Amino acid sequence: MPLLDVRDLSVVFQRKGTRPVRAVDGVSFTVEPGQTVGLVGESGCGKSVTSLAIMGLLPRRGNKVTGEVRFDETDLLKLRPQDLRDWRGRDIGMIFQDPLSSLNPVIPLGLQVAEVLERHQGRTRKAALKQARDLLDAVGIPDPDRRLDEFPHQLSGGMRQRALIAIALACKPRLLIADEPTTALDVTIQAQILTLLKELVDDSGTALVMITHDLGVVAGLCDTVNVLYAGKVVERAYRHQLFAEPRHPYTHGLLQSVPRLDVDRGERLHQIRGSVSDNIPWSEGCAFAPRCDRVIDDCIGETVPLEPTFRGGALRCTNPVPQEVPA
Amino acid sequence: MSDALVEIDDLKVHFPIKSGLLFDRTVGYVYAVDGVSLKIKRGETYGLVGESGCGKSTLGRGLLRLVEPTSGGITFDGTDVRALSGERMRLFRRRMQMVFQDPMSSLDPRQSVESLLIEGLKAHGLRTSMHEKLRSTLDSVGLPASALSKYPHEFSGGQRQRIGIARALVLDPELIVADEPVSALDVSIQAQVVNLLDDLQESLGLTYLVIAHDLAVIRHISDTIGVMYLGSLVEEATADQLYERPLHPYTKALLSAVPIPDPLVEDRRERILLAGDLPSPANPPSGCRFRTRCPWSQIRCAEERPELRVFDDSGQRVACHFAEQILSGELRPHEVRAELVRPAGDAAVDAELIPTQGDLPTP
Repeated sequence: MPLLDVRDLSVVFQRKGTRPVRAVDGVSFTVEPGQTVGLVGESGCGKSVTSLAIMGLLPRRGNKVTGEVRFDETDLLKLRPQDLRDWRGRDIGMIFQDPLSSLNPVIPLGLQVAEVLERHQGRTRKAALKQARDLLDAVGIPDPDRRLDEFPHQLSGGMRQRALIAIALACKPRLLIADEPTTALDVTIQAQILTLLKELVDDSGTALVMITHDLGVVAGLCDTVNVLYAGKVVERAYRHQLFAEPRHPYTHGLLQSVPRLDVDRGERLHQIRGSVSDNIPWSEGCAFAPRCDRVIDDCIGETVPLEPTFRGGALRCTNPVPQEVPA
Repeated sequence: MSDALVEIDDLKVHFPIKSGLLFDRTVGYVYAVDGVSLKIKRGETYGLVGESGCGKSTLGRGLLRLVEPTSGGITFDGTDVRALSGERMRLFRRRMQMVFQDPMSSLDPRQSVESLLIEGLKAHGLRTSMHEKLRSTLDSVGLPASALSKYPHEFSGGQRQRIGIARALVLDPELIVADEPVSALDVSIQAQVVNLLDDLQESLGLTYLVIAHDLAVIRHISDTIGVMYLGSLVEEATADQLYERPLHPYTKALLSAVPIPDPLVEDRRERILLAGDLPSPANPPSGCRFRTRCPWSQIRCAEERPELRVFDDSGQRVACHFAEQILSGELRPHEVRAELVRPAGDAAVDAELIPTQGDLPTP
């Protein structure tokens, strides 16, 4: 039974006087206990809005969230805000992209970690601070005793992100959602944080939803990858499958367009023409059609369905990249 | 050396740290660029790579004298750039132009594309057949002539970056310094801009200094690559050589940290994980700047600062006392304890730093 079962999740931004925007458009995916699932896509594909909707963090005003988010058989979308608060931080942890804006600048670090423990596990301040010290130590922050009384601005970006991870994992949640956790960091620090995340997830058996635009990060970390485009899942596959044989022209194009360190330098990069704003609405066909090299007449007209492939994979394309015939 | 378009000799850019309410006292310096020497050949692409805070952007700006270097020499096509004053410097800048990271903040939102492009031409007194020039420049960056009457907000990120490139190109420069030209763009758009830069170099014979933090992109577009760490060059080699045989421990770590979009490779890779963070450039470590995080560091590294020296016949240059021993495997890596690094020290430091663009993309 999946730990998290997102079914037909849609988020529509509505504002007076403007056309409603479908940021997330019927996204479904599941996360098994202990599994790492990636949500990959470029800006505007709805990956971050998906994570905020799962956590119930979107403002109530101006957003319409429909569908189901079943966490351990409970539909999180149906919970009252005060009840959802019991789940957030205890069963589901979240790490955001920019650690400086997600930490409170005027509260010492120790208290920010301890707060979670006091709220969810009923610890006393003293016991919680003691545990906070151990947590900071576990995420590799040097000299944790002194760090407890320090403020976020006194730490470097990598250390702040470690502190955020400590907060997210304080109550040993069963699910961790990481929204671009390394995008604001340098590559060497990114490698540190990814290694740390991998270790913590492996040790504790926490399931991880990894949201990123970086295909390289996904390749090293995720079991299953969902590729999002314009609010819909366009391809889902096991990571080895996805990277070896991408079927959707968008996935294929993305993988071709990034220069790689481990292959010889080619003459030119493959490029996907146009930009994300050149989409057509999904109701009129495939949103990617105007940019697609493999576009055929069938792509325009009606919504392309997400068809299951094998081993839990799925594909939304009428003219996919052909599979190589095994020799 | 007649084939070098640009020669930088022991360039230093130090920013004073001031303190005090009424009278500014200089209490120290941020050693943003601290003794860099390099040559950029005519028609080649020199890639400068390093993490945020290593001084790569400051070096690019120092080269164009957008920030005044503290000391050192810059020679551009035989002219001593640092000796030029006022008006002559202004006119000289026509030959070296800059493309910035974030096209949204480097293009004035209230100027139409036409007025953005024409500004440079007017400043340099090139008023003859201006409109033909604008059209042909826009055409070369792949934008229609109808773009002239539009404003920056009407374009997508990739198109805006094309406008930024057009603005640099319109003056027919010889050198273009591109500071993180693609890092603010989406992956599918990055390839378009990288290819465009490639095409322009081929058709116009441009020389590039490309500054970026993304090693894969740098490797793709550069002929020669310089790796910077805390204000100085630690290694320099041709693109292929650098990736085939990185000599400096920092280059090794940097290369091993870049994620590769292939699970088969990722599962088998060995990573050199660096401990801790970049030390503060206001208070750099003694000796080798990298020694506090280097898994191969020795006592000598703390006492003597390694010079950038030619390693062998390939022309590869490296600033490490023990490059040979590390390459042969004679010296084994040891464990490094992370030292805590304060971000930029106190508030006074922040106030005196020039505002530069952040190094990393906003997704």
